[in-house]
Amino acid sequence: MSEEVTYELTTDEVRHIAALTRLGLSDDEVEMMRGQLSSILRVFESLQQVDTEGVEPTGHTTEVRTVLRDDSAAESLQREGILENAPDSEAGYVKVRPIFG
Amino acid sequence: MVNSGVDSGTGLTGLTAHEAQALLSSGAVSSVELTEAVLARVDQVEPQIHSYITVTRERAFEAAVAADEARSAGNVSGPLTGIPVMVKDNLSTEGVATTAGSRMLLNYTPPYDAHVVEQLRAGGAVIIGKGNLDEFAMGSSTEHSAFGATNNPWDIDRVPGGSSGGPAAGVAASECFISLGSDTGGSIRQPAALCGIVGMKPTYGLVSRYGLIAFGSSLDQVGPFARDVRDSADTLSVISGHDRRDSTSLDAPAQDFSSSLTGDISGMKLGVPREYLVDGMEPGVKAAFEKSLETLEGLGATLEEVSLPLTDQALAVYYIIAPSEASANLARYDGFKYGNAVNDVPTAWDVMDQTREQGFGPEVKRRILIGAYALSAGYYDAYYKKAQQVRTLIRREFAQTFEKFDALVTPTSPTVAFKSGEKMDDPVAMYLSDVCTIPVNIAGLPAISVPGGMSEGLPVGLQLIGPQMGDGTVLRVAHAYEQATEWHKLKPGI
Repeated sequence: MSEEVTYELTTDEVRHIAALTRLGLSDDEVEMMRGQLSSILRVFESLQQVDTEGVEPTGHTTEVRTVLRDDSAAESLQREGILENAPDSEAGYVKVRPIFG
Repeated sequence: MVNSGVDSGTGLTGLTAHEAQALLSSGAVSSVELTEAVLARVDQVEPQIHSYITVTRERAFEAAVAADEARSAGNVSGPLTGIPVMVKDNLSTEGVATTAGSRMLLNYTPPYDAHVVEQLRAGGAVIIGKGNLDEFAMGSSTEHSAFGATNNPWDIDRVPGGSSGGPAAGVAASECFISLGSDTGGSIRQPAALCGIVGMKPTYGLVSRYGLIAFGSSLDQVGPFARDVRDSADTLSVISGHDRRDSTSLDAPAQDFSSSLTGDISGMKLGVPREYLVDGMEPGVKAAFEKSLETLEGLGATLEEVSLPLTDQALAVYYIIAPSEASANLARYDGFKYGNAVNDVPTAWDVMDQTREQGFGPEVKRRILIGAYALSAGYYDAYYKKAQQVRTLIRREFAQTFEKFDALVTPTSPTVAFKSGEKMDDPVAMYLSDVCTIPVNIAGLPAISVPGGMSEGLPVGLQLIGPQMGDGTVLRVAHAYEQATEWHKLKPGI
């Protein structure tokens, strides 16, 4: 492994991950998460004792390969039912707030 | 026989589905009458239990009328025709709110049914409503629901387990005959154990995940809750089978799992993995477990202690893989396409930040953060890749064990139902509640929890684990055990 593994997060690290995942957190939440996430990370520490040299990782457990289907036209969900759930829509499209402020 | 008024869960509403089906077949009762009795029971106990997020009364009666009409026309399609059922509220239901227990999906109405919901409808089942859960199925107590906790019917000051606490408590309190839950790390088996009913997690891929709101996609599996093993087998027969809309759906022919219930387990080899008798296991749970082993031996099975040393790593593997997958799956909640968006802000970025801040509860936030951390540059090899490699070793360990044994026997949970609020501020203590169920999801195996004793007046669960596609085997052992005991007949006094 290339980086040093730590089991204690800093508040800056919590803020960094929160920004990556676009999760707004209050200052109190950042401090609470720092402690709780660190206690969860310490659960992971024992894994480093397991010898995994040359072991293939498992993505999922059944031996399913890429599944292909026939390229044929079929009914899909109706636009109305989908757009009814959108917070905002116009002319048959989902409408979002500006990307550039 | 017409049952008017409330029957306290011991009369009509307390029957198994196959007993109720016999009354429907003989004409002694109609599906409309059965539905009326169940809804009266729901009205009676919901103020204390709160197992439903949504009750769809009118739709239920429409389905019951249709089931009665089909029966009079001679078109009875299966074991669930006319039977009142509940589905967990992370299973999509066309035209009926589906919240996943989250504020994020407060106003979300799916335009389609989950595959298992289609299968229930095609089988003539009467869907009474949607069951409560920990938000996005993340939790072990159902206290992390944005719509309020569910209480255990055996003691309303205790949790029903989770995340499928609503579907488990609903069956235990006679608010439905059958329910469907989802199990990512124990979310069917642990609440089944804590509520004194049967809960099964099928082999990964046996039941389609289409329309199940995703949590940890390589671990999630839909399965039944019921009052006995026969109902579990019948329900699994209805909901399983290939579905091309789920690319991990196994391409296996449909099966009738009731044919596995032979009642005979003599000569079967059962392994008892010593690592599952963890530190912190309650003495009452251990005592009940040892009694259950004697029962299985009395039925002619051969029991032998076995060691699966990597069991001790399963919790760490799970709490890296499940949150990593969750952090990716929950990226879709951006406040643009659906969901309870904060939209009166200047830019799309503000919409995302604030929608997610306000829409997700603390446990979901914890898991998104820990997952994103485990996947982030510099830590990927140490956490995510390492966990996936140990996952391979855990699969191998199980595979080698099943060369020698037909099934494994363990307790389902190290404790009986715990007090509400007890573990809410200590995430790791909450996670330990699933220590006996998590290895099964990591390896994609089938497992079932059946009522296996009582401790301090509360139910204890017995877990049977089988090899991949050994669903019939675990049902067979569970059924033989159940028929030799009386535990499944006990009902809470609510």
